This record gives sequence, C-alpha cells and structure tokens, in this order.
Amino acid sequence: MTAATMTGGGRIRALRLFRKTGGLIVSVAVTLLGLLLVTFLIGRVVPVDPVLAMVGDRASQSTYDAAYHQLGLDKPLVEQFLIYVKNVLSGDLGESVLTKNPITTDIRTVFPATLELATFGVLIGTLVGIPLGIWAAVRKGRLADQAVRVIGLIGYSAPIFWLGLMGLLLFYAKLGWTPGPGRIDVTYQYDLPDDGTGFLLYDAAMAGEWEAFWNVAAHLVLPACLLGYYSMAYISRMTRSFMLNELAQEYIITARVKGAPEWRIIWVHALRNAAVPLVTVVALSYAGLLEGSVLTETVFAWPGLGMYLTNSLQNADMPAVLGCTLVIGTIFVAINLLSDLLYNVLDPRVRRRGK
Amino acid sequence: MSDTPMTRRDWLLSDQPASRNQARLGQFYRTWLAFRSNTLAMVGLVIIGVLVLTAILAPLIAPYDPLIGGDLRTERLLSPSLSHLMGTDEQARDIFSRLVWGSQITLVVVALVAVIATPLGILVGTVAGYFGGWVDTVLMRVTDIFLAFPRLVLALAFVAALGPGIQNAIIAIAITSWPPYARLARAETLTIRESDFINAARLQGASSARIIWGHVVPLCTSSIIIRVTLDMAGIILTAAGLGFLGLGAQPPQPEWGAMIASGRRFLIDQWWVATMPGLAIFVVSLGFNFLGDGLRDVLDPKGDR
Repeated sequence: MTAATMTGGGRIRALRLFRKTGGLIVSVAVTLLGLLLVTFLIGRVVPVDPVLAMVGDRASQSTYDAAYHQLGLDKPLVEQFLIYVKNVLSGDLGESVLTKNPITTDIRTVFPATLELATFGVLIGTLVGIPLGIWAAVRKGRLADQAVRVIGLIGYSAPIFWLGLMGLLLFYAKLGWTPGPGRIDVTYQYDLPDDGTGFLLYDAAMAGEWEAFWNVAAHLVLPACLLGYYSMAYISRMTRSFMLNELAQEYIITARVKGAPEWRIIWVHALRNAAVPLVTVVALSYAGLLEGSVLTETVFAWPGLGMYLTNSLQNADMPAVLGCTLVIGTIFVAINLLSDLLYNVLDPRVRRRGK
Repeated sequence: MSDTPMTRRDWLLSDQPASRNQARLGQFYRTWLAFRSNTLAMVGLVIIGVLVLTAILAPLIAPYDPLIGGDLRTERLLSPSLSHLMGTDEQARDIFSRLVWGSQITLVVVALVAVIATPLGILVGTVAGYFGGWVDTVLMRVTDIFLAFPRLVLALAFVAALGPGIQNAIIAIAITSWPPYARLARAETLTIRESDFINAARLQGASSARIIWGHVVPLCTSSIIIRVTLDMAGIILTAAGLGFLGLGAQPPQPEWGAMIASGRRFLIDQWWVATMPGLAIFVVSLGFNFLGDGLRDVLDPKGDR
C-alpha cells in the first residue's frame, strides 16, 4: 500500500464522517424546529388569555387592543411562529409573568443548581452502577444477579418525590445526618460572592470559604444520592446486558485459553468493548436526570430549573413554563446528538459500517 | 402412550397438535408454564390481581368514607391503629379507605392511557411503515420530536396549557406515551411489508386501508401490548408526579400522588400521611415492573435488555 492511497482512503473516510455528521445536524435542526412548533402550539391552546394576564381584567378595550397588538396576536399564525422562532434564536424566550424578568435570565440564574445536582447524581450512578452491572453479569442467574436486578427494579418503581421525602424524614428529621432542604444554610449564604458562577461548590472553593464549601457538599449528598440511585438502576441494567454480550464473544474464550486472569478478562477485555455503548447510556441517563430533577428539586427546595418550572406551573406563568420546556427539550436533543457523535468516534465498527 | 387416557396437560403439551386451536392453546400453556416458574413475575401478577380486586371491591373493603372525614377535633392525624389501619389525615379521613378508593383512579388512568396511546401509536407506526417514502419521513419526524422531550416535562406543559385535572392529565400522558409504540409498530410493519401474503392481498385488489387494518395491525398488536405493559409502571409514576405537583386529580379525590403532596406538610410529626400513599404507588408500580420484566423474559429470551 502506498502513501498516496492511504491518504486517499483517509480523505474519503473523513469525507464520509463529515457527510454523516452533516446529516445528523440537519435532522437535529428539523427536530429543534419541531420542538419550537410544539411549544408554540401549546402556547396557543392555553385557555389563559395572555393579554388579560398582562393588562388585568379591568383594562379598557383600547388598552386591551394595544396589548393585543403589542403581543403580535393580530398577525397571521404563520407569521407569529416565524417571529417566535426568530426571538428564540436570538435568545429571547419572552418575559416571565411571575418574576417580570426575561426568561433567559431567569433560566441562566437557576440552571447551575440543576447542573451541579445532576452531575453529582450521574457520577454516583455511574460509579456504583457500572461495577454492580459487571458483578451481576459475571454472576448471571445467581443470587448477586437477582439482587442487582431487584435493586434496579425498586429504582424503577419508587416515585422519586416520595423517596426524597422518605430520605428527608429518615436522614434529616430522625437521624440528623444530613442538613434539610435547600442548597446552603442561611448562615453561610453571605460568605459566597454575589457574582459567582452559581456552582456553589466551585464558588465556595474559589472564595476559600471551606466551611461554606462543606455545608454545600452536605446539602448535596441526599438529593444527589437520590438521583444517583435512579441513574444507577438504568446504568447497572445496561452494563449487565452489554457485559453479557461481550463475555459470550469468542475473543473472551481466546483470552481464557491463553491463560489471562479472570479479573483481566472482565475489567480489561470485556469492559473496554462494553464501554463504547455505555458512554451513550451514561449520556442518556444524564439527560434523564434533568427530568428527575423537576420532582426532586421540588422536594428538596433546590433552587434549580425544576423548581423554577414547577413554581411557574403553579402560578400559571405560561411563557416561563414553555421556556423551560423548550430549554430542557433542547438539552435533551443536544445530549442525544453528542452521544451519537461520541459513539461514531469511539467505535471503529460504526465508523467502518459507513462504507 | 396412546392407550393411556390423555390428560388435559398432555393435550396441551402435545407436539402434534390436531388443530390450530390446540396448537395455539398449547403455545399459550407453555408460555404460562415458563411464566409461572418466574417468581418475580408471579409476585407481580399477584400484586396486580390484588389491585384490580381492590378497585372492584372498594365499597366493601374500605371501612370509612374516602371523602368525608370523621370528627375534626378528635380524629385528625391519628397514628395508625386497629380502628384506622394507616392512620387519618388532616381532615380526619381514614387513609386506608382513601388508598382503597384511590386504586380505582390509578387503574382508570392506566387503562385510559393505554386505550388512547396504543391505537394512536399503532396507527402512526403502521401507516409510516407500510407506505414508506415521504409519509414515513414526515410521521417519524413527528414521532422523534415528541421523543425529544422528556416525558414528564412535556406532560407538564400540556397540563399547564389544558388546565389541571384528571382528564387533562390522562390526555397529556397519552400524548407523551405513543411515540415509542409508533416506532415499534413501524419496525414490525417493515419486516412484514414485503411478505408474500401482503403482496397476495394487494394483487387481489385490497385497498391499503384494508391491508393495514386486516393484515398488518393484527401482527403488530401483540408486541405492542407487551411494550404497553412494560410502560405501565412509568404511566403510574408520571400520573403520581402530576398529582404530586397539583396538576392531576384535584382534591378531595383520593389520588395517591396528591395525597403525598398534602401529607408533605406533616411529614416530620405525622409521617404516615405521606408515607402510606407512596408505599401504595411503589408496590403497584413494582408489581407492574415485575410482571413486565417476567413477560419480557418469557416472550423474548434473547432480549436481555
């Protein structure tokens, strides 16, 4: 094989990957447009009159008409949608009825809390879930396998908000091991800089406020473990299935015949191959925790996106509800896209299948 | 062998069935045998059986009225005892009776969501799979868009738009449940679309609607029913979550999620008010999960996922 053909092959492969990525991006764009259409249409069927919500029911007809015109409701539906798309693309999700702030600003304020919580949740879920799944796969059909299965099914079955309440009841009220709801105790609140990133652990560490840091960490334990349990249920199940798949392959037999120690076969040979689809699973469970955070944050009075969403819901603040829905949907799509791309990069088989 | 009288079991397990019905029943019996040996699945089946019986016999089982409480001065927030098995809530209502009546709401939600979402999914999936081309592209694109939202969040947005209430919660959950069924129905349709019997029907001049309804749909239904069973725990949890946020069934209806929300205020001193309904949700969805898991094991031994 000469150098020329090799670079030629490389170029073709790069082109293929590019084309595939391009196709993915187009389909993601269409999906995002669809998301916008769905939130737009939901906003249109609301029985709450947005004009009345703005001007109040004592407003005169002319005030009403002016607001009606200002909101652009007298334009044709298609034009309204295009305006909506244009606004969203320029980062304008409208104004919250409740807080009177632009929704983008509100979301930017609350989002770090959710991200911090979900990140620790998925970390716990991955660090516990993968070993559990491997253990179950190795002991397939035995007691350990059944135990892991039941632990997972319990995770799938318990309402997350109820489990959170039970956790608070046991560990906070009865045992006093963890602090109560919230992200930080009021006493420490003013130790943190006002212009922080919103990631309190990071802010506290940067400010050198170690007492505040440990307080934040202690508040994080219970909700993060709770979310971690849910992603652990999913991750351990998928790990088990991927590992079983790998352990049945012929290269494992070869490794055994060659006398490789069992731990090496499991942790090096099999796990490395199972790791590729696992990346997707971890990414998806990360996205799933966004959903779980809606209920968890309500229980733990965690000032994140989920609590912002439920607050807006309870106050019939439709622009904020739809803004949050759109943001969460977009993150969902983005994580899916990312895991697809990662999968393409990591798995040589997928790369070759493009031919 | 032929001299001994044939038991019903032998007839069912015969490897030379004499009729189509015998073969079908035999297959069914074998599935049942495999299912019966799966302990978890049987536990699940028993739980669901108890739930259904509870819902039907609610007036007989519940010792007190679920909506009208006792004496507010003396019977408020009583801890569990023999006269109130699970204690009473802040309006002096017997929690056990409320849970018993609440099982009806749970079952109605699950049943209605299944009845709305399943046909919708089958319709979209079979039409997309059968026609292919741009119909397929458009329908699957719509399905993907719905799949792009996390289920609870989309349901929240719909309920927020339609207004809180049990009907709207059911509609919202159904709207968010159908896309996976559509995907599945499409996949099944693709595998049978080019079969000879479909071509034969087409050559005889059967219309597309007739082929889809008469030939494609019956073949897709069974796998979708399994999928719906697997989803039922999720439906219950979503409904409970909506109830917890005050968007599902409205008070004074004894909906389990809403009961947890109202018990939350008394969590620390009267733990039973929030704990008991949660246990009910947990046990029922565990039952559905056990059942679904067992069904999957029995019907699809390869699919470890």
